[in-house]
Amino acid sequence: MGYDPSNPMKDRITDVGPRNYEEFLPPIIKRNFGKWLYHEILEPGVLVHVSETGEKVYTVRVGGCRLMSVQHIREICDIADKHCDGHVRWTTRNNVEFMVDDEAKLKPLMEDLEKRKFAGGSNKFPRGGTGAGLTNIVHTQGWIHCHTPAIDASGVVKCVMDELYDDFQNMRFPAQVRISLACCLNMCGAVHCSDIAILGIHRKPPMVDHENLGNMCEIPLAVAACPTGAIKPATVDGKKSVAVNNERCMFCGNCFTMCPSMPLADEEGSGVAILVGGKLSNRIKPPMFSKVVVPFLPNEPPRWPQTVLAIKKILYTYMEDARKYERLGNWAERIGWERFFEKTGLPFTAHLIDDYRFAYTTWRTSTQFKF
Amino acid sequence: MAKRKTPMLDELEKGRWPSFVSDIKQEAEAREKTKVDLQTPREACDDLLGLMELSYEDKVGHWKHGGIVGVFGYGGGVIGRYCDQPEQFPGIRDFHTMRVNQPSSYFYTTEYLRQVCELWERRGSGLTNMHGSTGDIILLGTTTPQLEEVFWELTHNLKQDLGGSGSNLRTPNCCIGKARCEYACYDTQHLCHSLTMEYQDELHRPAFPYKFKFKFDGCPNGCVASIARADMSVIGTWRDDIRIDQEAVGAYVGGEFKPNAGAHSGRDWGPFDIEKEVIDLCPTHCMAWDGNKLKINNKECIRCMHCIDTMPRALRIGKDTGASILFGAKAPILEGAQMSTLTIPFMKVEEPYDEIKELIEKVWDWWAEEGRNRERLGELMQRQGFGKFLEVCGLKADPRMIHEPRSNPYIFWKEEDVAGGWERDIKEFRKKHQK
Ligand code: HEM
Ligand code: HEM
Ligand code: HEM
Ligand code: HEM
Ligand code: SF4
Ligand code: SF4
Ligand code: SF4
Ligand code: SF4
Repeated sequence: MGYDPSNPMKDRITDVGPRNYEEFLPPIIKRNFGKWLYHEILEPGVLVHVSETGEKVYTVRVGGCRLMSVQHIREICDIADKHCDGHVRWTTRNNVEFMVDDEAKLKPLMEDLEKRKFAGGSNKFPRGGTGAGLTNIVHTQGWIHCHTPAIDASGVVKCVMDELYDDFQNMRFPAQVRISLACCLNMCGAVHCSDIAILGIHRKPPMVDHENLGNMCEIPLAVAACPTGAIKPATVDGKKSVAVNNERCMFCGNCFTMCPSMPLADEEGSGVAILVGGKLSNRIKPPMFSKVVVPFLPNEPPRWPQTVLAIKKILYTYMEDARKYERLGNWAERIGWERFFEKTGLPFTAHLIDDYRFAYTTWRTSTQFKF
Repeated sequence: MAKRKTPMLDELEKGRWPSFVSDIKQEAEAREKTKVDLQTPREACDDLLGLMELSYEDKVGHWKHGGIVGVFGYGGGVIGRYCDQPEQFPGIRDFHTMRVNQPSSYFYTTEYLRQVCELWERRGSGLTNMHGSTGDIILLGTTTPQLEEVFWELTHNLKQDLGGSGSNLRTPNCCIGKARCEYACYDTQHLCHSLTMEYQDELHRPAFPYKFKFKFDGCPNGCVASIARADMSVIGTWRDDIRIDQEAVGAYVGGEFKPNAGAHSGRDWGPFDIEKEVIDLCPTHCMAWDGNKLKINNKECIRCMHCIDTMPRALRIGKDTGASILFGAKAPILEGAQMSTLTIPFMKVEEPYDEIKELIEKVWDWWAEEGRNRERLGELMQRQGFGKFLEVCGLKADPRMIHEPRSNPYIFWKEEDVAGGWERDIKEFRKKHQK
C-alpha cells in the first residue's frame, strides 16, 4: 500500500509536525535536562558539561559542509553508533556534535574522526568551532540550487575555510568570529548580523524581456517590488511591459524575484561585497548590523582569491589589535572607522556612504574624528 | 568514475576543509553502482556537478526562475527548481527541494537518520542540506512525480511532516536550551515544539500577507539568532538576582578556573584579572570587587550575560526566569533592515503557554487584517507606528521599549485626549483676533 495518484486524498496524513525531540535525546541529556551547572572547553572542539547530579557529558564538535550526501550522513551514523550509542546532533551553524557520557570514550572517538578523509584528501570531520575562534560559515544555495544568486555559496565557503582552517581549530581571537555568506540580497541566513559577511551583489540593472513580460509577470507586483521606485508600467512595441529607470536602480534584484522577465545576473557585473561588524548576542554591547566595507570584488571561481585575501586582512588586523572579549564591530567602533580602514588597508570609496532614505544618521555630525 | 569533466570543481577537492565536491562525487559513484531501485535519474549528481562547472565557467547560475510545485493539501514545503540546460543535463531537468521539519535543536538517533537516507537515496538525489538556515532538513533535488511519494512515506513511515515555505508561518527553531546549557532561562525546545504543533495549519497553508518566523533563544547570548532572524523573537532572561558562588569567584581570581570556560586558551592573555575582564567591562558598572567579595547591584544589571559567560562556574542566572519577547526583525527589502523590538520586557514561560499564544494571535489578527501584500510585520509596525502595535497587543507604553525618546516634535494626539476636541469655529477665533 502506498500513494495512489488516482485517489490522492485517500489515507493522506497531514499536520503531524516534526518528530518530538524527546524521542531523540541521548539518555544522559534526558537525565540531566535543565540541571546543568557549568561547562568547560577542554580543547578546541571539545566541551564538557557538568550537571548538578555530578554526571558529565563530553561533546566533540566537527565541521560540516552543510551540503551533504546520504553517504556522508550514513558515515556520521556509523560513528555515532560506534561511539555514542546511536545519538548525534547538528548545531545552529551546521556543525556536527558527537556526545559521549564517559571521558574514556572521548579519545577513541576523536581518533576515529581525525583519520577519516575524502578521496580528494580533505578532512571529513575537522574538530573545532568552539570558543574565541572561527566556527562554520552559515551559508545559502548559490549556483547549486537558486535562481537569484550573484555568487556561489558552497565554493566560496570552501575557499575561505581552507585558508582559515587553522583558526577553526584554534581559539586565539579576542572573541568568537562569525562569518556568514548570502549569495544575493535576499540573505537567506545571518549575513546582516555577522562579524564578517560575504554578500553577492549585482551592478547592472535588469534586462527586460518585453516580448514575454506581460504574460509571465503581474506588472503591479514588479512595480511595487522596487525599493527605489525605479520601475513603471510601459507599453513597448504594442506589448504591456515595464520600463526601468537605470539611474535609480541599485541592482537589488527584488523585481526579478517577483518577475522572471527581469534577469540581472552578469558575468562581470555580479560579485562579492563584504560587510563587517555585526553581532547578535547582547554580551556587553547590544546587537549590531554589519556594515559594508568592501563594495565589490569580482567572482573568481574556483578559488575567489581577492575575496579570501580581503577577509584575511580584516580578520588578522582585528586579531592583532582588538582587546580581549571585544567583538570585531565593537573594536571598529572603538578605534573609529577611519582607523579601521587605515589599519586594514581597505580603500574607502563613496560607495560605502549610505544614500538610502534615512542615510543621514550614518554621516558624521560632529567634529570628533582622528587624522 | 565521474561522468563529466569538472576541472574547476576539482580544485575544490584540495585543501583541508571538508569538500562538498568530493562528497557529491562519492554520492555520484554510489548511485552508479547501487542495486537500489532508484526512482530518480541515476546521473542526477553527475549532472549537478556538470551544471555547477558550467556556472563556474559562466560566472552566473543556471536555474530557471521559480517553479510552483507541492503536495495536495499544503500550500508550501516544496521549492520548485528547473535547470535552464535540460538537454545537456537531463538528470536535473526538475530538481525540487523538500523542506522537512527538524526536531527541536537537531538531536537525532541514527535509526531515524538512516530511514531518511534510505528514502532520499531511492526517491531523491541523495543530496541534502543539514540544515537550512530556518532549521529544516533540506532534501535537495527530486522530480515532480516523486513529491507525493516522498510525502506519503515521510508521513506514513517516518511520522514526519514537511516544513514551511511561502506566505505563512515558517518552521520555528530554537537553541539547544536546557538540553545542554546552564544558561537556559526556559525550555526552548519544548516551547518550540509546542508552538509548531499548535500552529500546523498556519505553517502548511499560506494565509498571511507574507512570511512569519518564530525563533527561541534560551538567553541573551542568542545562539539561534532570534533577534535578527525572526518576526517574533523569544529570548530567555530572569528578574531576580544573579547567583554568586564567592568561593568559585576566588577560584577564578586564584587562577584555578579558566575564564570564559577556556574559550581564549589559544593565546596568552596573561593571568585572569577580574577588575579588567569583568568589573570594568560590565556595561552598567553595577559590579564591585573588593579583593575578597564580588558584589552585583542587580537592580542596575541589564542581564547582558558578560559576567556569567566569563565566570560560568561562579555566576548563575537567577531563579525567577522567563523571557523577553521582541517583534519585527526583517531584511531591507523593502523598507530597510530591522532587528526585533522589545515589546514584552518579561513574561513567565509556562505550559500550556496560553499567555504567549494569546499574544501571537493578537499580532496575527492585526497583521492579517492590516498588512499589505508582501509586507513583513516589522514594516507594518513602522507604517502604523509602535504605539498602534502596543494598542493591538493590549500593552502599555514603557520606557524599556525604546533606546531614547523621539527628538522630533511631530506628535500625534487623539482627539479625545485633547480638552475641547478638534471641532472649532473660526468665527469664535476672530472675535478675539482681528484679521
Ligand atoms: C528560489 C529562490 C530561493 C531559494 C532556493 C531559497 C532557499 C532557501 C533555503 C533552502 C532556506 C532555508 C530554509 C529552511 O531552513 O527551512 C532559505 C531561508 C531563507 N530565505 Fe530563501 N530561498 C529563495 C528565495 C528567497 C527569497 C525571495 C527571500 C526573501 C525575499 C528569501 C529569504 C530567506 C530568508 C530570510 C531565509 C531564512 C533565514 C533564517 O531563517 O535565518 N529567500 N532560503
Ligand atoms: C554555555 C554557553 C553556551 C552554549 C552551550 C552555547 C551553545 C551554542 C551552540 C551549540 C552553538 C552552535 C555553534 C556552532 O555550530 O559553532 C552556538 C552558536 C552561537 N552562540 Fe552560543 N553557546 C554558549 C555561549 C554563548 C555565548 C557566551 C555567546 C555570545 C557571547 C554565544 C553566542 C552564540 C552565537 C551568536 C551563535 C551563532 C548563532 C548562529 O548564528 O547560528 N553563545 N552556541
Ligand atoms: C547592515 C545592513 C543589514 C542588516 C543589519 C540587515 C538585517 C537583516 C535582518 C535582521 C534580516 C532578517 C532575516 C530574516 O528574516 O530571517 C534581513 C533579511 C534580509 N535582508 Fe538584510 N540587512 C542588512 C543589509 C541588507 C542589504 C544591503 C540588503 C539588500 C539590499 C538586504 C536584504 C535583505 C533581504 C532581502 C532579507 C530577507 C527579506 C525578508 O524576508 O525580509 N539586507 N536583513
Ligand atoms: C540640543 C538642542 C539644542 C541646542 C544645544 C541648541 C543650542 C543653541 C545655541 C547655543 C544657540 C545660540 C544662542 C545664542 O545666540 O546665544 C541657539 C540658537 C537658536 N536655536 Fe537652538 N539649540 C537646540 C535646539 C534647538 C531647537 C530644537 C530649535 C528649534 C526647533 C532651536 C532653535 C534655535 C534658534 C531659532 C536659534 C537662533 C538662531 C540664530 O540666531 O540664527 N534650537 N541654539
Ligand atoms: S541568498 Fe538569494 S541566491 Fe542565495 S539562496 Fe537565498 S534567495 Fe537564493
Ligand atoms: S533591481 Fe531593484 S532597484 Fe533595480 S529595478 Fe529591480 S527592484 Fe528596482
Ligand atoms: S542562547 Fe543562551 S541558553 Fe541558548 S544555547 Fe545559547 S547560551 Fe545557552
Ligand atoms: S550580566 Fe552584564 S550588566 Fe549584569 S552584572 Fe553581569 S556584566 Fe553587568
